[in-house]
Amino acid sequence: MEEENTLAVLGRRFPGRVREVLVSPGDEVAEINRQDLLEVVDFLKSAPQDFSMLLDLTCVDYAPGKPRFEMVYHFFSLSRLRRLRLKVRLDEAETRVASLTSLWKNADWLEREVFDLFGVVFDGHPYLRRLFMYDGFEGHPLRKDYPLRRRQPRIRMRD
Amino acid sequence: MAEIKKKHPPAGQFITTQFNSLLGWARKYSLFHYPFVTACCGMEYMSAACAHFDIDRFGAGWTRFSPRQSDMLLVVGTVTQKLAPALRTVYDQMTEPKWVIAFGTCTVSGGIYDNYAVVQGIDQIIPVDIYIPGCPPRPEMVLDGLLKLQDKIQHQEQDWRWKKKIP
Repeated sequence: MEEENTLAVLGRRFPGRVREVLVSPGDEVAEINRQDLLEVVDFLKSAPQDFSMLLDLTCVDYAPGKPRFEMVYHFFSLSRLRRLRLKVRLDEAETRVASLTSLWKNADWLEREVFDLFGVVFDGHPYLRRLFMYDGFEGHPLRKDYPLRRRQPRIRMRD
Repeated sequence: MAEIKKKHPPAGQFITTQFNSLLGWARKYSLFHYPFVTACCGMEYMSAACAHFDIDRFGAGWTRFSPRQSDMLLVVGTVTQKLAPALRTVYDQMTEPKWVIAFGTCTVSGGIYDNYAVVQGIDQIIPVDIYIPGCPPRPEMVLDGLLKLQDKIQHQEQDWRWKKKIP
């Protein structure tokens, strides 16, 4: 029997709250609201969906589009060998989203990376601190409004 | 007549030179290098250092992993702003006389990484003697750069301890 696609299951479980973006075998993409994130991923992680693996978590800056930011989560089910991509749009006025560290341990550093480079704040993260850039670095370098040639050297440069 | 011959050594057993060039000759063939390897250029450095290209043929085969024991600093690979203080410290810890080779385009000018994270050429941090461009440079280019450094050492004004002014 053909396995039912995850988007259909999600649509039934969360009626009206899941927007389908794209469906193709093994490559399903859904968009949800910010406040629904923890509820949806909790459902996805538990059986029978069993998306036990968080492959990646990243952010996109669509400036000057509105809403400006988009969080992208990649999940993988080891038992069903399925992928799912989840998207959450974030408005510039409130770049906050729930942290997934309570469900996936590897979300820790991934979220710190996104916080470092995009300035998205993760509510519930145990230790939200810069991951790549050094102490004293100002701004978030992967934001579209970070000046291209702006340098912030740690030591004095030679002439 | 026999007595005169005893006083002068036979021809071919001695040479005359200047102390400066003698010191240069000694220094250029005994370079202890410190590899400051951060990125993909490291593979070419390993290739140049190992048996195929064998940097030891030119007297620079002795790799030291302490800057205090080395006199040639090989900066191999991208240097980020975050790493810059470490490179400066390594350079400061080397004893005189010391020379620096910028190995690869990233160290020469920042290369393709014209962005917030990368130092646009290590000569913004430390003085550089020889620039070896290439992404990455072939081992032949590295050896050519080394020969040019040796030439520079041979012809530069040598600095030695008892010549320095005591303040």
